[in-house]
This record gives sequence, C-alpha cells and structure tokens, in this order.
Amino acid sequence: MPFDMELESKLRPPELPMVPYPPKLVTLANGRHMVVREITRDEVPRVLEAVRPITTYERDYYDIVASRVYAELLAWYRWRIVNEFCLIAQIDGMLVGLVNSRMLNAKTGMSLHTLTTDRGLRIGSHMFAAKMEHHIEYLNQEEVLIVAESPIGFRRWMIEYGLEPTDIPHELGGAPSYRLSKELYYATKDRLVVGDRPVPPDILAQALDEIIVVDEKTVAEKICGVKGR
Amino acid sequence: MRPVAIVGAGMIPFGRRDDDNLMDLLAYASLNALDDAGLGDKGVDSVYVANMGAGMLNHQMSVASALVDRLSLMPAAAEAIENGPASGASAIKNGLLAVASGYYDVVLVVGGEKMRDVSGWRATDFVASMTHPTAEYIYGITLPGMAGMFTRLYMEKYGVTREHLVQVAIKNQEMGALNPYAHVESRITHEGIVDSWHSRVNNPPVADPLHLYDVCPVSDGAAAVILAPLDMAKKFKKTPVVIAGFGQATDTHSLQERQDPTDLKAVTLASQQALAMAKLTPSDISVAELHDAFTILEIAESEHVGFFPKGQGAQAVIDGKTKLGGQIPINVSGGLKARGHPVGATGVAQVVDLVWQLRHELPEGRQVKNAQTGLSVNFGGFGNNVVSFVLRRGE
Repeated sequence: MPFDMELESKLRPPELPMVPYPPKLVTLANGRHMVVREITRDEVPRVLEAVRPITTYERDYYDIVASRVYAELLAWYRWRIVNEFCLIAQIDGMLVGLVNSRMLNAKTGMSLHTLTTDRGLRIGSHMFAAKMEHHIEYLNQEEVLIVAESPIGFRRWMIEYGLEPTDIPHELGGAPSYRLSKELYYATKDRLVVGDRPVPPDILAQALDEIIVVDEKTVAEKICGVKGR
Repeated sequence: MRPVAIVGAGMIPFGRRDDDNLMDLLAYASLNALDDAGLGDKGVDSVYVANMGAGMLNHQMSVASALVDRLSLMPAAAEAIENGPASGASAIKNGLLAVASGYYDVVLVVGGEKMRDVSGWRATDFVASMTHPTAEYIYGITLPGMAGMFTRLYMEKYGVTREHLVQVAIKNQEMGALNPYAHVESRITHEGIVDSWHSRVNNPPVADPLHLYDVCPVSDGAAAVILAPLDMAKKFKKTPVVIAGFGQATDTHSLQERQDPTDLKAVTLASQQALAMAKLTPSDISVAELHDAFTILEIAESEHVGFFPKGQGAQAVIDGKTKLGGQIPINVSGGLKARGHPVGATGVAQVVDLVWQLRHELPEGRQVKNAQTGLSVNFGGFGNNVVSFVLRRGE
C-alpha cells in the first residue's frame, strides 16, 4: 500500500543491531532430524499461514498463544515491533514449531512465545532452548524476561530451568516476569540446550528452499486429537 | 464352578480425551463390548466397573450406578471395584466368580479412568496415594521414584543395564505405533533416546536410573468384556475365549518390609495359581500382556511369571525372545508403555488385547501366529496386589 515515508519513519523506531542465529540440527527421539533456523522478515507471511488456523484451537491455550504469535509476527513484518526475531523448526522442510522473542534493550531480552504443531517429541523444549541460546550466546544479553501462558509452558520453562521469579512486568501483560540470567543459562545449558552445527548443506538447503505447512486437518489432530499430548 | 468364557470385548482409543467425561469413556467401551457380543441393552445380569480414582480425579462417586442408567441396563446389579492399578483384573475376577458360581449368566465388566482432568502433578500424587501413608507417602515417594529404586536394585542384583530398558521401550513403542488404540503412536530410535547427545533433552532422567521413555504415559481410556458361561457361548457371534485360570496374591504394603524388594512374590504366586488352574506351564503360553508401567517391570515380571529364569529376562529382550515372532511375545499391544495406563482400565485392556489375539482378529504385524493361550499380569501398588489370568481360545 502507498504510504508517506516521512510519517512512516516516525512509526518505525530504530532497531538495535542483531547478529544472526546460526542454524543447527537437532535429532529427535524418533530419530528424525530437525533444523532450527532464524527466518527473515520476508518469510513471515508463509509462517502466518501455518499459525492462522491454530488461533481457533482452545486446547492448552493454543488459541491465545497462536493469536499473539500471529499479531507479533505480523507486527514485525509490518515494522511495528522492533528487535524481534523468530526461529522455526523444520523436519524435511515441514514447519513443526516456532519461537519468537525480542531485544528489549542491549542487555535484556523479552521472550514472547513458543508454539509447536507436532507434539510429544519435546520440540517445544528444543525451541525454547534455542531462543535462550540466541539471547545469551549470540545477542550477548545478560538476561531474558519470560512468562508462561499455559501450564505446559510453566512446567517447561519455570520448572525445568528453575527460573527466578521477579516483580518486573512483562510485555505480554500477564503474570510478573521470571528471569533467565546468563549464569542460570550456563548452569542449565548442558542439560537443556543441544544441537549440531553446521547443518549439512543439503539439509539446510531443503529447509531454506520452502517452509512446508502441514494441512489444517493434520495439525488439528496433532494438537487437539486423542493422541495430542 | 462352571467354565466361563469371554464372549464380547471392546475398547476405545486411549490418550487424552478432553471431550469425554469418565461416564462417556465407560459407556463407549461397554457399548463396543456389547456390540461385539451381539447384545443390546437386555440380558446383562450384572455390571462390574473397575475404577481407581473417580472420587479424587473427577469428583464422581457411585460410577457403577451411574453407568447402568447411562446404558439403560437397569435393573442389572452393579458395583464398582477399586483395587489400585489392578482394579481392572480384580473386576474381571469378581465377574468371573459371579458367573462361575451360577448366580449370574451374563456379566459386563468395564474398566475406565479419566486421569487427564488433572495436571500431571496431581495425577502423580493421586497414584502415590496408594503407597504406605506413614512409611512412604509422607516422605514424598512417587511410583516413578519407587520404580527407580527397584530398578537400581535389579541392576545390582541381576546385571540389568540401561540398554535392556531401552530395548523394552523401543519394542513397545514400535508395537504401539501399530495399535490404533494406543496413546503413544510415535516410534523411538536408539539414536534419538540414547546415542545422540541430543537425547539428554529428548529422554531426560525421571527417577534415576529411569528416563522419560522408561515410563508409561498418564492416559484416559476404557475397555470392557462380556462374560458368560462357556456352555452359553455359542449363542454369541464371536469365537469364545475361555478364562482357563486366574490367580491373585498380595504382598506387604510397604516395599521396605520385603525381605528382598526385587522379589515380586505376588506376581509369582498369582501367575502360578492361574497357570495351575489352567493346567498349563509358562512354556505353553502363546502371548502375554505384562504390566510394564516402567520398562523394568516387563523384564522383572517375565522372570517372576516363569518365562525366563531369574536374571535372564533382560538378555531375552536383547535376543528378541519377547518380540512378535519370538519365544514369548510380550506386550504386542504396546503395553502400558505405549497403549497408556488409565489405571482402572489397564487390567481389562490387557484381557481385551489377549481376546483379540486368541480370536486371531489382529492385522499382520500385530497378530501372534496361531495364538492359542494368553497370560496377563495386572500389577497393583508396587506389586502388593497382583491379579493374573490365563486365557485359552475356545472351540
């Protein structure tokens, strides 16, 4: 759409420099290999296609998380949120999960969301770990502020990492933030953060070539069906 | 006592059934068994409902009374049986005795549990409530914790290694992936849960030395059977499966009071009673469903039943003796490990899977060729109340 760039420039705050997240390869319990990589702004519309139907699934707060992810990624795509990044997980090109987050300032990260469409393989754990890895190791931040919007998230993040409760408000507007400090990250890294680099070129090329989106019926079954854990 | 046959069997897919309440689960499984037997809503004399935790988990009591109304089976007699995770087999045993005595002719036994109404923490606490209240529970013990200590002792005494446990997990999830009723449908690989350094996230420790994939899931589910006198069985449409033997034995409530905590005496006694009643030996059994709530239990029970000498059950797994096509296929259904463990349903589900095996109804890849006899072990508490059945394909 046409817009006034002079005005637009006032609506687009300056962004902090952000080093890219180097892709990695994770082996899942079923032996399949999952590429974790950062997407570019141009890839956001394709990811939104995958997220859109999930905004209606009530189970485990998927509707809330997917709706917020949709808005956050759209805002990033349309230059209305700064310093955001999104990492996706792909198996044979198929999108199976994503995380998004942003730098609040140079020292502090603001964790946004974790969303997986294939359940029972701890993909969410791998993806959350990758998000923390990016904040602490590549963006070189001192801390990340985190909240959970589902009981599953609370178990995965607050309990498994032993996050420190704080009274700092979180951007998502719910419970006060929990904090992952750099020290805590390195104390838990050995247990929770895995992945091999570099990703073999053919596997990475397949992931970069296309983000394959699973059909809606399959995703609904995986998230909401009897086997959906 | 007159001989008793299973003339109908039904189950519903186990898993996380958010859209169904406990009564739905019990009703669906019951209707599947009634349909399988060719029965409608007439002709059932008595109903036995196996359930461990409706009061705690679902805030519902008197589930048997509720179920007969839901199924329009009035004025059939009805009662609930609670015997921990052995509730299912206990309910079948009570139904069996009622038919064998000649008092009732047609009995519906259904087991069900709706565990996913509560968080994993509460479900774990609910199961832990069957431990000794002053010697165990107050110290924070959980069933995975008990199983971890049991595993460590078994490792020290019999040389069981983590590799043995891993092979049980891989085998049972492989079979579960073929079972449409199983909760866990994903195969796992050695690379994914052991070899790769990524396995530290995929398969984290739960209760040392047990890891995530050594433990059964928390499930919703239900299963049902119809019992009738063998001489009435030809009135029903399916090949009857005779309950050739049963046994039940108990052990100390507190694990620490056992002379040798690795000796599952109640498993040995219950299965010996069942085999003796059926006039069979362990080597006569075609297929077995053992209570593998934890991978170590499949190995330990396979020895205590007498399929293998003590200390050789683990090697039997490595040698493929417990796989489909092996010496004694164990947990071809996927077991509790993959089918899931809705506690009140499990003992009935084990029998339903054996009925399907003995009727030769399962697809290739799950069917034990020419199966004639089956044995189940339903393990309550930590082996303090065990019920075993021996089933035989009828004429």
